[in-house]
Amino acid sequence: MALRPRLPWRRLGLGAATAGLAALAACGRVPQTALHPAGPVAALELHLMAESLWIMVGVFIVVLGLLGYALVRFRERPGDTHVPKQVEGNLRLELLWTVVPFILLIIIAIPTFRDNFALAADQTGSNVLDVTVVGHQWWWEFDYPSLGIVTADEMHIPVGTRVELTLESADVLHSFWVPALAGKEDTVPGHPNTMWFEATQPGTFPGQCAEFCGTSHSDMRLLVIAQSQAQFQQWVQGFQQPDSTPQTPQAQQGAQLFQTYCATCHVIDGAAWQTTPLTKSQTGPTGFPIAPNLTDLSAHQTLAAATLANTTSDLTEWIDNAQALMPGVIMPTFQGVLTQAQEQDVADYLEGLT
Amino acid sequence: MAAVTERLVGTAPRTRSESGVWSWITTVDHKRIGILYLVTSLCFFFIGGLEAFLMRLQLATPDAHVVSEVVFNELFTMHGLTMIFLAIMPMSIGFINYMVPLQIGARDVAFPRLNALSYWLFLAGGLVLNSGWLLGGAANAGWYNYAPINIGQHVINGVSTNLNPGPDSMGITFYAIGLQLAGIGTLMSGVNFIVTIVNMRAPGMTPMRLPLFVWTTLITSVLIIFAFPAFTADLFLLTLDRLFGTGFFNVAQGGDVLLWQQLFWIFGHPEVYILIMPAFGIISEVIPTYSRKTIFGYSSMVFAIVAIAFLAFMVWSHHMFTVGMGPLVNSVFAATSMVIAVPTGVKIFNWIATMIGGRIRMTTSMLFAVGFLVCFVIGGMSGVMLAVPPADYQFNDSYFLVAHIHYVLIGGALFALFAGIYYWFPKISGRMLDEHLGKWSFWLIFIGFNVTFFPMHFLGVEGMPRRVASYPANLDLRLWNAVATFGVFILTAGLIVFLANLRKSLRSGQAAGADPWDGRGLEWSIPSPAPEYNFAAVPLVRGRDPLWVEKTYGDGHMIPYVPGGAAPEAEAGGHGHAAAEGHGEGGPGGEGHGAGHGHGIHMPNPTPLPFYLAIALTVAAYGTIFKVPEIMVLGLLGTFFFVFRLIYDHDPGHHVLPEEDAG
Repeated sequence: MALRPRLPWRRLGLGAATAGLAALAACGRVPQTALHPAGPVAALELHLMAESLWIMVGVFIVVLGLLGYALVRFRERPGDTHVPKQVEGNLRLELLWTVVPFILLIIIAIPTFRDNFALAADQTGSNVLDVTVVGHQWWWEFDYPSLGIVTADEMHIPVGTRVELTLESADVLHSFWVPALAGKEDTVPGHPNTMWFEATQPGTFPGQCAEFCGTSHSDMRLLVIAQSQAQFQQWVQGFQQPDSTPQTPQAQQGAQLFQTYCATCHVIDGAAWQTTPLTKSQTGPTGFPIAPNLTDLSAHQTLAAATLANTTSDLTEWIDNAQALMPGVIMPTFQGVLTQAQEQDVADYLEGLT
Repeated sequence: MAAVTERLVGTAPRTRSESGVWSWITTVDHKRIGILYLVTSLCFFFIGGLEAFLMRLQLATPDAHVVSEVVFNELFTMHGLTMIFLAIMPMSIGFINYMVPLQIGARDVAFPRLNALSYWLFLAGGLVLNSGWLLGGAANAGWYNYAPINIGQHVINGVSTNLNPGPDSMGITFYAIGLQLAGIGTLMSGVNFIVTIVNMRAPGMTPMRLPLFVWTTLITSVLIIFAFPAFTADLFLLTLDRLFGTGFFNVAQGGDVLLWQQLFWIFGHPEVYILIMPAFGIISEVIPTYSRKTIFGYSSMVFAIVAIAFLAFMVWSHHMFTVGMGPLVNSVFAATSMVIAVPTGVKIFNWIATMIGGRIRMTTSMLFAVGFLVCFVIGGMSGVMLAVPPADYQFNDSYFLVAHIHYVLIGGALFALFAGIYYWFPKISGRMLDEHLGKWSFWLIFIGFNVTFFPMHFLGVEGMPRRVASYPANLDLRLWNAVATFGVFILTAGLIVFLANLRKSLRSGQAAGADPWDGRGLEWSIPSPAPEYNFAAVPLVRGRDPLWVEKTYGDGHMIPYVPGGAAPEAEAGGHGHAAAEGHGEGGPGGEGHGAGHGHGIHMPNPTPLPFYLAIALTVAAYGTIFKVPEIMVLGLLGTFFFVFRLIYDHDPGHHVLPEEDAG
């Protein structure tokens, strides 16, 4: 990964937390665009965008044509001193350009109303996957209540399955936006919202928070990973039977450090020290987990709200100085608390979680 | 041309009391207050522009760190606030102040002292808001400053939590108090203009003869007095939440985060029309003048203005399609939002129909008006697209929206204000702007603007949210961002040419004379710049486009109104309106309509009281921001003192003898 050379820059506060993603560009990712929908919701939205656009382009051509005609035909010629006829108006014309736009708007409005209701319909049934999305400053929590999975920043979904999302917020307003799958919906504290989408093709679809949510708003990214049913089940298995046993002496060290310094906030399902329900410090003031659940971390492509690559080096960097990478985030800086070697040990331990 | 008299800037030596700083502080003359508004708003415009420039430098390349996230968030917040509240709105108010009394044949606004107070409060609010930069951080949560991030440090279920982590600044307190101050001033302006337009029209200036700029001023003022109270209430709740820990916007305390949004947009959407309405008015003055034709479809223009204002209060939730109001509410607000396009379309077609059949002079002002038509139509079309909720789910809070708002506010409001500057500058300064430099500035601004903002439509649908301090290299956003930043340099060049033009004109501009454009309204019947008393004799209005009527049917000069005298009837030609009825109103003193009948024209005296009042309220504002009760109380006592001084201070006024007899 081409990450290392950038690190000194980051220490100076000049580098970007988002640089890590550059390395992922070649991993079969679809651009973060609404123009190449990968599911029925985004396709329907694109259809309405296109329909209204073409009607508007038609109007624009008419207006521009009239304006051009007026400017070319009635521009003052040298020597022309005639006083134009003072026309007060023309009722027929004025009615024409009141009624015609009205008709055009009705043409736009009818499918708009229809699709408003279609998109708002709750998705239920045995073939629907329920996922709760919780916006946090600055990461995404994804809960699969029926599967007992709580994870962060990367949402795995099976292709061809409708996903019903419940959107909540742990702190301020956020907006969940994965352009290739669906338009955005806000996460509003105290007002759970719902939306749905479906991926009709496998792929990794990037998204990000679209409602300003504080200092590091621009770093609040996510990935939706649409996979075949079999691959999805494999991912679920990894979560449901997690293995958090440290494999190397370094990882052993790391596990101990983790318990002391990190387990106050972070949860690892199945870890020896982890209790259920969560400890008070692991639950934030609004009842949502205060930090990402790190179970099965090795299955992640990215770290830190999809802004870093999931490598030991990036993870060490994040542990060392999260505040430089994502100013204002609740994750403290361990520079000076842990040695570089100790940070490396913790990273080794976490990268071994399967 | 119907030049009556010419008086150039500086030809008559002015005494210190007429030209010194003190004269500007104490002035109650609507024209000088108008100039204060125009100059101040231009200064704020360049501050807001600098903020935008820094943001575009940051976004020119991916992962850039020209400024930190913390500063970037302050920049986009203050850019929006500065441009909306401190540049475009006060620039409109500046023109309104200078031109409306002239256009209706009045000698001042109804409440000259209140007018001065409005200006000083606007300035105080703008300075308080911007002083955050120097006193611990500017506001940093966007111009719409959504709850609950705006309440900052708060106790949530027993845990003290900072909802605006990172910079624990007081910026948003400066927002709450600064905008409150400026808002009081704006509300007073709204009241003042309504009373002026209703009561102080010259004889014969019936409602359906009012210039369209006056109509848009009237309707803008109505929007102001209905929309601003919602914002005032919202700001009070925010102030209480921030200073006293009340929980109006804190869910954990039983508050509601959407309350802020609802109140904000109940104000905020009409605010958009407060920004654009005066622009409509300016375009409705500029196009007929340079086409040498009366406005096409005057009645439908008036109807469209009123309809837009009415609808402006019924569409606010289209800013909130993604907060989860449900399909029914979204559909209703989609419908009302789309309907606004109808009266707006009527205006566009009427403007073009005015040009058709005319004899069009492509002056700089007219170029800006045509640029307005093109860009505003693009902004209106993206507006209709945004009104489709399922499409809005993709567009909302993306750069598509950034493109839309700038097409409406720069391509719309600002281009119209530039048209207004080139159109009315000769009246205000007595000197012409250079047309050659003017055309350079127009083309640079027009091209620069489109190169900057058109690509933002693409950026939005390609997944770039607004208000991001940076974007990663792998999102394919590089090209259009680079193009947009390139456009800013062209735009900046155009603005520099404009400034050079202003400087050149003020130093050595050609004398304008009373009526350089072969104008149609009353403002062109008096010398440039307008004398203190505006009209030596109150004019008799005999039709729409009163000066044009006199040029066509009279001798090209306004006929002085004689109380009780027989008014000569004009064959108002196609205008088809009854001539004057003899119930005109005089100047601010309420005395005689004519002039030179022995005692001159009664004008109000200058007074520093509005300035003192604004200072006292500013002291109270800082006492509140820094939570120093003694200073707050001191400021409020001062405020009450000067309020009562103003109430009980009898102004005998003074009499001015007109320098020459107009007509």
